Amino acid sequence: MTRTGPRLAAAAAFLVFTAACGSSSGGTVATDVGITSNQILLGNTIAQTGPAAAYGTIANAENAYFTYINNQGGINGRKIKFVILDDGYNPAQTVPLTKQLVEQNQVFAMFSGLGTQTQTSVRDYMNTQKVPQLFVATGATTWGLDYSSHSWTLGWQPPYQGEARIYAKDITTNHTGAKIGVLYQNDDYGQDYLKGLTDGLGASASLIVDKESYDVTATSVASQLVKIKASGADTLFIFATPAFTIKAMATVTAIGWAPRLYINSVSDVATYMKIAEKAGAKVDGAISVGYIKDPTDPQWANDDGMKLYRTVIANCSTCDANNGFNIYGVAVAYTMVDVLKLAGSNLTRANIIKIASSQLNESNPFLLPGINLTTTSSDHFPIMQEQVIQWSGEQWHLQGSIIDERGTIK
Amino acid sequence: MRFLTRAPRRYWVVALVVIVFAGLPTQVTSFQSLEWAEVLIFAIVIMGLNLLVGYSGQISLGHGALMAAGAYTTAILVHRYHIGYLATVPIAGVLTGLLGFLIGIPALRLSALYLALATFALAVITPSLIKRPENLTQGVQGILLPPPDPPDWASSLFATVTGGPAMTSDQWLYYLCFAAAIILFWVAWNIVRRRPGRALIAIRDGEVAAAASGVNVAGYKTLAFGLSAFYAGIAGSLYGLATGFVSPDTFPLSLSFGLLVGAVIGGLGSIAGPLFGGIFTFWLPIMSSQFVQTQSWIPDQVASVFRNAGPSVTYGALLILIMIFAPNGLAGLILSGYARLRSRLRGVGERTTGQLPPDPQTV
Repeated sequence: MTRTGPRLAAAAAFLVFTAACGSSSGGTVATDVGITSNQILLGNTIAQTGPAAAYGTIANAENAYFTYINNQGGINGRKIKFVILDDGYNPAQTVPLTKQLVEQNQVFAMFSGLGTQTQTSVRDYMNTQKVPQLFVATGATTWGLDYSSHSWTLGWQPPYQGEARIYAKDITTNHTGAKIGVLYQNDDYGQDYLKGLTDGLGASASLIVDKESYDVTATSVASQLVKIKASGADTLFIFATPAFTIKAMATVTAIGWAPRLYINSVSDVATYMKIAEKAGAKVDGAISVGYIKDPTDPQWANDDGMKLYRTVIANCSTCDANNGFNIYGVAVAYTMVDVLKLAGSNLTRANIIKIASSQLNESNPFLLPGINLTTTSSDHFPIMQEQVIQWSGEQWHLQGSIIDERGTIK
Repeated sequence: MRFLTRAPRRYWVVALVVIVFAGLPTQVTSFQSLEWAEVLIFAIVIMGLNLLVGYSGQISLGHGALMAAGAYTTAILVHRYHIGYLATVPIAGVLTGLLGFLIGIPALRLSALYLALATFALAVITPSLIKRPENLTQGVQGILLPPPDPPDWASSLFATVTGGPAMTSDQWLYYLCFAAAIILFWVAWNIVRRRPGRALIAIRDGEVAAAASGVNVAGYKTLAFGLSAFYAGIAGSLYGLATGFVSPDTFPLSLSFGLLVGAVIGGLGSIAGPLFGGIFTFWLPIMSSQFVQTQSWIPDQVASVFRNAGPSVTYGALLILIMIFAPNGLAGLILSGYARLRSRLRGVGERTTGQLPPDPQTV
């Protein structure tokens, strides 16, 4: 009897231990709509046709990363199913398609919906339904800034105002005598950049000698550029989407002007710079910022993150591996998977949005070294670091070190 | 009783369609009610377009812009002046109608082709125009509209009938669109069967002959444009309420094209045509981008063409097919099919006169 006592106790302890293990790995898992024992359903609306169709490949790249994760066994045994719907960049389409995904397909969350107007059109709906609208693919400052009133919506990429503030810093430290001309698109996106630049310049805002806008429906920006040149500016900011940026750079050279050029990150894909050069533009010395590794940059050829990207993107037959939009898609999908992994067995909508909006601390292999995705209970801009880049000899070169704009936008 | 037995057969068809549409939200989900509400909205604007194109023979490529006028009227009145959304619907219709009337005045001086170009220009400049008065339209930010809550009586009535949960705002919107569609279709039906309708058809078929017969050509043409714009304004207002957000991008050029194609495919110069047109205009983009992908029997190459070119390919292909095989649209196809069937069953021609009814005219 004296010997069996400890043995019994040990056996009992072992049983309790296995029972405890069993219950923690299965059984009591908190789940939500769109989650089954072997699947996580995510939805997305993006422009795959229409004026912004070039962005459509982002969703395919995201799907390529989810396929990669699924082939590795998924997230805790659950595979991600990603439903992509085409809204043609039209908010009137985004509303019914988003309702379809939420009410009909019963998605767990919406992920990486593209476009400022389109995503604004469903923001109130998502917040009343309490469905996460995660990592919207737009740099409008409102996503992070207005988080307190829309706590189910979160951005991902650096806000346009933050980027413009980096340019302002470059002006106030390196080119204090600059005479600045600004060409911007007359919409929320162009105005967001302009506000960031003006705020960032602060007391030096008088350096801006002329600002001209154009509408997306315009066919030429020549008259605006001639006006800016006539104002005596020696520095030109182009806050425009790719097609207009290319056109503007070619026009600047054509009218015999050679200002210091600043190109926004929306249009600084290396392919577009080369197209502009082919169109006759002299773009050597142009300045922009970056936060994602450029797939065409030879310095990343042996980088682990870039190798992983090449493996992942092979899952998408229609994706061009050298297109900067695709590595953007893979990078944001990486963060999504990270959040789902962090949620562990507490896979609820409320927990997902809590982790994404206030507990993120991730070093993403597809972003420039040194950039960290962070959110806290008082800061809801995941990426706030960028690095100045300069174009020379057919490619971008990183300049200086990472600049952190965290906390400057209030 | 005698009324019931003597009623023409088409009355029964109309009654059946109305009953089906009235009962639809009790059978489908709240989200599907919203989809069908948009079908009815498109049917209303296409009805207006049909009055203009099908009956008076003038072509408009600018009805998307007129919808924008209606939607922005409602959005601004609700958002800025806090007027009840229900009251804004007729206001939007009347204001847009006035706008159409004003556009109709120069339209008198233009023949069909040039009118098409002028209205096309209207559709092109509208998105840019909306952005300018920024404090009124909120520029590119767009205006968010809260979803309209159903009144208590409707909500409880719906719950009693279905024995389920209370009415959602999407279902309430469906019934708003349903009521508007019934009234406007009834108005259109009365117009085309009476003096103004006959005058419009006379203008369409021969302007000189119509003028010689004493028809006020200029007056009726302007009236047609104003009336058509009134329909577009009502539809635009409901469209804004249904999507809950209006912005310049909500009314792209392609919307105007889609509406005209919908009117042609549904069937010009017919009252049932716009309903088919509405169904077609709403479902075709969804079908071509979502349905085709899920069909494994369609080869990948074909499916990818549909994905990349979106609804445009389908629009084009269907338009050609319809023009060849059913020049009077879907409504015309059904009517002629019915007439053929009847002549097979009962012998050729009308029983009393022995004559076949003439084919409806196209433009």
